[in-house]
Amino acid sequence: MSNKRTKPFSIKYLPGFTPVALVCFVLLYAPIVTMVIYSFNSGQSVALFEDFSVTWYFAAAENELVQEAALRSLIIAAFASGIATVLATMAALGTTRTKNFPGRTLIYLMINQPLMVPEVVTAVALLIFFASIKVATGYSGLAYLILAHAAFCVPFAYLPIRARMEGMDRALEIAAADLYATPWKTFRRITLPLVAPGIAAGAMLAFVISLDDVIITEFVKSAGQDTLPTYMLGQLRRAVTPEVNAISSALLAVTVILLTAFFLLSGRNSPVGK
Amino acid sequence: MSDTPTVNARQLSDLEVRAEKERVKRNWLLSMPAMVLLLLGASGPLLIVLVYSFMSPGDYSGVVWTPTVKAWFQIFFTVDIFDDTVRLADAHLTIFGRSLRLSLLTTILTLIFGLPTAYFIATRPGRQRTLWLFLITIPFWTNLLIRTFAILEVIRNEGLINNFLRWLGVIDEPIQILYTDTAVLIGMAYVYLPLMVLPLYAAIDRFDFRLVEAGYDLYANRWQVLRRVILPIVKPGIIAGSILVFVPSLGAYVTPRVLGGGKNMMIGNFIELQFGQGRNWPLGSSLSILLLLVVAVALLFYVRAANRGGSDE
Amino acid sequence: MSDEVAVRAERVSKVFGSPGNELRALDDVTVDIRRNEFFTLLGPSGCGKTTLLRLIAGFETPSAGAILLDGKDITVDPPFKRPINTVFQSYALFPHLTVAQNVGFGLEMMGQSKSVIDGTVEKMLALVQMEAMRNRLPTQLSGGQQQRVALARALAPQPSVLLLDEPLSALDLKLRKQMQIELKRMQMETGITFIFVTHDQEEALTMSDRIGVMSAGNILQIGSPRDIYNSPQNRFVASFIGESNFLEGTASGTGSKRTVALSDGHSFDALVADEGVSEGKVTVAVRPEFVQVVSTDTAGALPATVTNIVYFGTDMHCYMSLNSGTEVVARVSADADRGGALETGAKVGITFAPDGPRIVGD
Repeated sequence: MSNKRTKPFSIKYLPGFTPVALVCFVLLYAPIVTMVIYSFNSGQSVALFEDFSVTWYFAAAENELVQEAALRSLIIAAFASGIATVLATMAALGTTRTKNFPGRTLIYLMINQPLMVPEVVTAVALLIFFASIKVATGYSGLAYLILAHAAFCVPFAYLPIRARMEGMDRALEIAAADLYATPWKTFRRITLPLVAPGIAAGAMLAFVISLDDVIITEFVKSAGQDTLPTYMLGQLRRAVTPEVNAISSALLAVTVILLTAFFLLSGRNSPVGK
Repeated sequence: MSDTPTVNARQLSDLEVRAEKERVKRNWLLSMPAMVLLLLGASGPLLIVLVYSFMSPGDYSGVVWTPTVKAWFQIFFTVDIFDDTVRLADAHLTIFGRSLRLSLLTTILTLIFGLPTAYFIATRPGRQRTLWLFLITIPFWTNLLIRTFAILEVIRNEGLINNFLRWLGVIDEPIQILYTDTAVLIGMAYVYLPLMVLPLYAAIDRFDFRLVEAGYDLYANRWQVLRRVILPIVKPGIIAGSILVFVPSLGAYVTPRVLGGGKNMMIGNFIELQFGQGRNWPLGSSLSILLLLVVAVALLFYVRAANRGGSDE
Repeated sequence: MSDEVAVRAERVSKVFGSPGNELRALDDVTVDIRRNEFFTLLGPSGCGKTTLLRLIAGFETPSAGAILLDGKDITVDPPFKRPINTVFQSYALFPHLTVAQNVGFGLEMMGQSKSVIDGTVEKMLALVQMEAMRNRLPTQLSGGQQQRVALARALAPQPSVLLLDEPLSALDLKLRKQMQIELKRMQMETGITFIFVTHDQEEALTMSDRIGVMSAGNILQIGSPRDIYNSPQNRFVASFIGESNFLEGTASGTGSKRTVALSDGHSFDALVADEGVSEGKVTVAVRPEFVQVVSTDTAGALPATVTNIVYFGTDMHCYMSLNSGTEVVARVSADADRGGALETGAKVGITFAPDGPRIVGD
């Protein structure tokens, strides 16, 4: 008879591990919490907390450059995650639950390339590539950024969609075909509804990844084409104003809200499937 | 008995071959759009980088189509302006050394902190565990820039640490932490810690603690159990986490730029320099390819180690 | 049951795997299934029965051969073009659709109007007695209920042929027996041709009009349950269906009845199905119910010793050993042993009921 809970000797206890872990959590959150606290500081310095105030939030919100950058971030993220999700869904359909076929490894490699290549290298490559196109066509709109973002968002959309598809019972699609559903109808009525949560997760993931991107956007953008992260990067070079504090805290709040929603919706599943 | 018309029995595999071809064609067609996007937005440009690394630098930007291996040569060597002697490019080597050193230190640091943290989370009961996972996931999803900025606020001369030490009376003048190698190390460890914790957590979560019971039953003490039972089985997670930290650290750009200033460059910053003030696109390209190769080698190690250690990942 | 052929598999073969590592699931199989009949493919796992079913349904293409439906070659037709429906072993109910939506799915795909669909769905649900569950989701149903929904869903489009892939194997015994009766009734009422796959020989004997016994990719014998049971044509069929004793001996004589001599000199008569079988070494199959236990001095009895007796309530199995060492089992009524003469070690004689022993091969 083994009732582990009444035993004084705990199987899982390893000396020192828990304190280190807790210290680690504190260290992890201290900087972020500090940043949030000081975003409400009416003064400029991190030294003195003068007054509780939300001036910096208003300053950021009224700053036209911030507005522009935020809007640009959202537009790029929306288009990029949309494109990436659709393409990733198609690729998942073509590569899951099917026997191996010549070239599948190549497809995997290409789809996952952004995960394997350092961002700096990709950024440099796109800089060069788009530079020549810009010279040739004279176009320097958002399309480059959207293309770049869509490309590196694909693997992030692909992984959850693929995971969900792999878990789907193959017999269901066979049953649909047995009941006179053409391949397109099978996809629309059976596959799509059942894979939908994975597609939603993939789209959300891609959206966040696009919003967060710094390096590739920084290299690829033309003058004046700031996204929120590149705007902040530019600000850090000059004076560190609490405005950046405020923007960071706002973004953090958005992340926390999204993640809370995700955790609540998916029960006990962690959003990272490494 | 009704007369059923017979059909010629087909040759073996004829129908199957056709069905198989259809299947492969369909899979390729579905994957094609994604491949084209990635070709344009990722793989294709890489080839251009490779080509550019063999070109000569243009006057202000871009390249001149004169093939040369100078860009590769310049990675490691310089030619003295005055007496044409070939020497090792010390400045470059310092940067490479710093990158390797800092990446390795970051990996070790995150491992030391990450292992107990992952272990802690994995050994929490039920609902509590979800809470801790949630807590470790928030930093993971917070923008890299924001996290770097948060560390900046802490280690600046007017930052949290210095203010706290001055308030305690331990020091009079602020300690210069910012714009040193240490700052970059702290920043990278902070930023990449969740990347170490999550695969470790996954591996420990899968670990069968009955093996630990067996270890204790056979007279092992806690240290031995850790070393001889837990760590070897959790090794794939350690390797995965290490790669997930080492590779991005090596190519880090934002963190060294914000925390290291202009002086303490890592490879990523050095590459960017070539496309800005350095005006040496070929050198930037060759450096990029070099970084890519080093990363590829590291990934190969991972794949090999993962396959040898078990087929879990 | 008419004589017209509904489904014909002609010289069908199916090979899996790569060259050098091949698995021949079906080997040049030909079978005719008649309209309106309840046909069962019976065999152990791996014999190819499910593969054959999948070829008829269209989920796989044959490596060689053709599939014909009502005389028309449908070998290359995809499943959604064949008027054939399947009841899957795992039921494969669509988890995101209600019972009613599941049952109506085939009709929806065929493009029927809403009123036709609703009417048919109601009729089908009534047929399987699941009307009350029409708005439930499959996850809210028990195994038996899911099975009935799967059946209704496959019947709703009124296919000309219904395929059933071991649909009862996940049910408990009592439910299974109930469903066997239900299925048989349904087949007779609707008149649809049923092709049923199972490894349970008792199930096959109970429900089928005809049975095809399969082993290792081949069909060994096709016939009515009675024919299969009484006249097995080879050793495998004889041992797979019901129980059989096997005796080795030497046959002599001609005609449908031969004399078989055992190694200890004793002999008995046995029927032979194929009169072309010549003299020489043979294997004879005898069902336990045709083995009679008599006293040792009965004329023509084979001498034997009782090794074990197992009681089954009204019957008992009497295990005996011949002089040659061969074990023979007899099924004897329990009250035949009033005298108490049957016990382990007792010396008895064995005779066979007339037409009991059959030569099944050599």
